[in-house]
Formats: sequence, C-alpha cells, structure tokens
Amino acid sequence: MNKVSLIIQREYLSRVKKKSFLYITFLVPLLIFGLYGLMIFMATKSFTNEGSVVHVYDESGVVAPQLESNSDIKYIINKSKNEADSLQQNLSSLSGKNYLVLIPKELGNRNNIQLISSEKTGFMLESKVQSDIQKAIRYHMFERSGLDLETINSINPSVNLSTKLITDSGDVEDSSSTAATILSMALAILIYITLFIYGGQVMRGVIEEKNNRIVEVIISSVKPFELMIGKIIGIGLVGLTQFLLWIVLSSTLMFVGSSLLIDKNQISTTMIEEAQNLSNQELAEDNPANQIFAAIDSLNLGEIAFYFLIFFFLGYLLYSALFAAIGSAVDNETESQQFIFPLTLPLLFAYMMSFSVTVNDPHGPVSFWLSMFPLTSPITMTTRIPFGVPTWEIILSLVLLVGGFILTTWIASKIYRVGILMYGKKASFKEIIKWFNYKN
Amino acid sequence: MLEIKNIVKQYAKHRALDDVSMHVQKGKIFGLLGPNGAGKTSLIRIINQITAPDSGEVIFDGEKLNSEHIGRIGYLPEERGLYKKMEIGEQMLYLAQLKGLKRADAIQKIKYWFQKMEMETWWNKKIEELSKGMQQKVQFVATVIHQPDLIILDEPFSGFDPVNANIIKEEILSLNRNGSTIIFSTHRMESVEELCDDIALINRSKKILEGSVKDVKNQYKTNTFKIALKNFETNPSFLNSSFNILDSHIEDEILNLTIKLEEEKTINPSLMEFMKYGDIVELKEIIPSIHDIFIEQVTNTVDPNS
Repeated sequence: MNKVSLIIQREYLSRVKKKSFLYITFLVPLLIFGLYGLMIFMATKSFTNEGSVVHVYDESGVVAPQLESNSDIKYIINKSKNEADSLQQNLSSLSGKNYLVLIPKELGNRNNIQLISSEKTGFMLESKVQSDIQKAIRYHMFERSGLDLETINSINPSVNLSTKLITDSGDVEDSSSTAATILSMALAILIYITLFIYGGQVMRGVIEEKNNRIVEVIISSVKPFELMIGKIIGIGLVGLTQFLLWIVLSSTLMFVGSSLLIDKNQISTTMIEEAQNLSNQELAEDNPANQIFAAIDSLNLGEIAFYFLIFFFLGYLLYSALFAAIGSAVDNETESQQFIFPLTLPLLFAYMMSFSVTVNDPHGPVSFWLSMFPLTSPITMTTRIPFGVPTWEIILSLVLLVGGFILTTWIASKIYRVGILMYGKKASFKEIIKWFNYKN
Repeated sequence: MLEIKNIVKQYAKHRALDDVSMHVQKGKIFGLLGPNGAGKTSLIRIINQITAPDSGEVIFDGEKLNSEHIGRIGYLPEERGLYKKMEIGEQMLYLAQLKGLKRADAIQKIKYWFQKMEMETWWNKKIEELSKGMQQKVQFVATVIHQPDLIILDEPFSGFDPVNANIIKEEILSLNRNGSTIIFSTHRMESVEELCDDIALINRSKKILEGSVKDVKNQYKTNTFKIALKNFETNPSFLNSSFNILDSHIEDEILNLTIKLEEEKTINPSLMEFMKYGDIVELKEIIPSIHDIFIEQVTNTVDPNS
C-alpha cells in the first residue's frame, strides 16, 4: 500500500508541477469568463447601429413616410430613380455606414425588398430595417382594410410563464427547465470531454512507460496491478484538483465579475428595451436572459458540483482502467485507435441521448436506465441531476458504477500485466483475449 | 543464495523454460548464458517475481521466494529505460523508495553513489539531457542503490564505451567483494571468463550445462596440445602414433604443431619423441574458451523441429 501511495504521489506531482497544468488551470476559467463577458458586451453593444444612414427609394410611396429616424439609424428618402441609381454606383465612396433600400411599387403579403450595401451588413441592422419596413407595410395594410390603428396599438398582450417546483416538503420553489437544460448540456459536454482527456492521459502514461522500458524496472519492485492503480488514481486526483481549482477560481471570478462589470438587472432591462424596440410582436415576452439568471439562482449549484465530481471520478476510474489496458497492449498511440473506438461508443451514445432524450424527458425510462448502466451513467446521471433526481436513484447508480469500476479494473489488470511486457508485438483483440486467460 | 528447482514456464504454444534447475552460490558471480530466445529473460523475470512459473519453485536464501525479497534484489533489465522528463535525483529517490528504502536513507545513498560515479551535477538534470552512456550509468546506480544481496544484470555492458564499461566492471567486482551475489546474463563470452565464477548455459528452454568456469573448461578439454620446435628436422617421421597431428605450419623458422593425444594418454611420452627432432620452445595445452564451448553446445543441440 505504501508503494501505491508512492506511485500516486509521483503521477500526481509530475503532472501538477508541469507548467501546462498551471496554464490550463488559470486560463480556462479566464477564457470562459472572457467569453461570458464578451457575450454580455455583445448583447449590450451590438444592438446599436449608431451612425448608419439608410437611403430609401420607395416606388410605392407607402413605406417611406412611416419610417422614423432615430439616434442609431437615419433614413433618407430618395425622390427619383436617377438619384437612387447614382447612389447605388457611389455607395462605397460615401463616408460612414451607408445602405440603400429599394422598395417596389406593388406591395402585398410577400415582398421582395433589396438592401444594398458596400460591405456585409450586420444582423442587427438588417432585422431593424426589416422590422421597420414590415411595420410600415402592415400599418398600410391595416389601414387599407379599414382597421382602427389605435385599437390595434392598444392591444399588446404579454405572457410570462414562471415555472415552480413543489418540493418533497410541499414548498413551492422557483424552477426553470430552461436553466436546467442549459446546465445539463454543459455538464454532459464537460464530463464527456474530461473522461477522454484524463483517460487518454492514463493511456499515454502507460505507453510512455512501456516505450521507455522503465516498466520492467518498476514491476520488479511493485506488482503490475499496483503500478496501474497508482497511475489511475494519481491522474484522477489531478483531474479532481483541476476541477476544484476551476470551481474556486470561477466562483471568485463570477463574484468579482458580476459585482464589478455589470448589474444583472440593468443588463436585462437594456436588453428588453432593445428587444422591444426591435419588434414588439416578436419579443414581447419577458427576456429569457433574465429568467435564466433567476433560475440559475434557483438551482442548487453546490449539490450539482458535488455529484458532478463524484460521477466524474468514478466514471473516470471505470474508463481509465480500460484505457490503461489499451495502453499496455500497443506500442504507440496510432495503434491504439482501433481499441479506443469501441470504448467511445457507450460514451458517445450517452452523450447524444443526453441532448435528444435526457434533457427533454429526464425522468423517463430511457434516461433512468442509461443513468443506471455503469458505462453510460457518468454522463446521463450528471445530465439528469440538475432536473432533480431522487436520492435512492443516485445511490443505486453510484453503487452500480463502483461495481462496474471494480469489474473493469479486474479485467484491465489481467490484460495490463501481460501487455506491458510485450514489446514490438502487434496486438489484436484475439491476442488480448488470450492474454486475459494467461495464468499470472 | 538462489536455488532454482524444476521451473516450467509455458506461453500459449511456446515453452519458454522446460524443467530448468540451477544453483547460485552466495557471494559468487554467476553467468547465465544462452543465445537469444533461449529463455534467459523468462527465468530472470521469474526470479524478479515479474511473472510466476507454471511449476517448480525458487528458493531465495533458504526461503521460498516471496514479495519480501523484492527489496533484496536489484535488477538491470536488458531493455532499459527511465522516465525521460523526470529529474534524475527525484527519479532515483522514487526508484529507491519503491525498493523499500526510507526517504532520508535513500537521499544519503544516492549522494554517495553520485559522488562515487562523478555524477553530482546531474541531480536536477533530466534523463533526456544525458548521453546514452550517461543514462546507462544512472540506470546502473538505480539498480544497486538499495544495496541488494542479489544483483541481476542483463547485458550490463551494452551501450557503454570501453572506459565506462571498465568503471562498471570495477563496480560489479567491488559489489561482489562486499558480499553481493551477482547473476550476470550475457552473450558476450569474453566478459564471462573475466568475471564469472560459475556459469549455466540455457538453450532452447533447457539448461544444458552448469558448473564453475574452471570445471566446465576442463570438462570440455580435448587433450589437445600446441608444441613449437626450433632447429627442427625438415622431414620428421613420428613413429609413435599415440597422437594425431591436427595442424602443422612453419612460421619464423619455428615449427608449430597442434596435436591431439589419444584418450587417457599424457603428454610426457610424446615429448621424448619431439625432443629427437628439435628443441622444444613452447608447450601449451589447448583449453577451450567459454566462447568455443558455447558455440559448440548451441550448434550441437539440434532443433528437433527442423
């Protein structure tokens, strides 16, 4: 046991001391929050089309009078076709952001209107111009049909669906399946990627020892199983350390960031205003961003993080044992591909099911069984947890996962102890099964 | 020190060791010889408890071989290697601790060896920064750092230049003088005669020869002598036919003869005869080298499958 702890120590320290570990530990949260900040920045800033000049040539004469310039977009009405034509020729030579809109004579339900610009137009400007024109045409059509504009304007219903969850104790809590869905998907991606990253590290570690030929020196001091399990646990602890540091760093950054950078409510209101400016009809409901913020508050992040770490670590143990067995059977990484492929199938399946089935029906039979089966449960169960899973299911899943891990470790160790001493022999599945049956 | 009894090791279709027994005496240097694929590495792995035999047993210092003996054995595999990216001092410390040394104890021993081998400045270097010969030196130190009672060296001189090979050879001898038993596996026969007290020869999974170097050589003597004559008669006719002349040639006015005596005969009577034909300037019994015995034994054991 003492020797296993020595091996764990070496595997752990040799990785944690690497510069790349430090970089990843600090850069990933920064990157995530950089993106987060960027999204917020874009959300507030890119709504403005400041300084845009839109020239309109309106043959129908219906739309132009309705267009109102504001601080962002200035509409200039062109009277003659000649004027519009010469403008089209010289559009690129004008200073500032200039656009030309051509509106045909006849207007109906389907209208083909051209927006001409010298460079690619932004999405925000396009939709703003589009909705302005649409509004003008619609009003024109209402008027033609003899509808009262004032009545129409006064009718503007808005629906805000707030979801509540009844807890075991009968209390009503805020809940949002949108937030849970987004979080679930993020967790599914995270666990899928990290299982491969750390499992791959175990495999590369084994290949390295085998190629270095140091393995023979070491297994003359310790049992192959001790070396394998020491390596697996050591690297697993590196993974846990990484996650814990990320959680600590992220919460710090989140705290600092949210108090420094922006006030949540302010952002949401600006977004709502902008959104409503954009189109009353389309974005009448409450801002989804606001809902998500509120709902994330309602999710028990601490508990989710706790279960995530447990399922990550046990899932990692289960898969990394198999990765270790693969590493022992091959001489280099290229050769390992054929063996890794079948290993990825259950993970990939659980991953895809997470997006299609689990998040939509988190408590259905498919989700339930996938979250019990040890090869898929690390992904499926973590995906289900944000939706709230009964404790007995989590415990049963954990027990099965531990059992699965013991089974894969046992299988892997039998292959491993033979594989690490086979140099330059190309392994096949048949060969590996033979190794499995070797007596010590 | 080490008693190997009727070891059998079977891999799928290939029998790597077939009823092999041998005895390694305490304090001796034991040469384990054999061509490639004979089963040497399989046997060494069994002694190191890397693999277990299908049948037979190994007795280490009076006890059945068990995991407590690991710390008393040092092993330098033929296929050697160390962690390329790990600092040498740390790596030594790790390997020594795996052999059961306490940390403080290990540090002290490493310092001692590094000084002895003129490697003090290497502590913080990485293996990949060293030349191949230097890496071998590090590996050798890693093998003996825990003062093992039994040291198993598989082709220890491969990869060394003559100067370093000599340093290692001296170290092996000095370890042996200090009481370590050494098993020395190689197919370089000149080093065997120089170093080994006893040898065993394995071929095609079977032990075919075992004993002290001297005994083995005597056993394979063929009663052959080399005689050199000066002022010899140009056409001697040997009446006594108690020997055969295997070779005869003249070099610098000296007649060199290689003769093989009949069995049970000694050289003295023949000498009388030679004295008649010239002045004897040299007489030497031809004792086969281990190399010759090796070649002869290995080529004589005909492969039953071929």
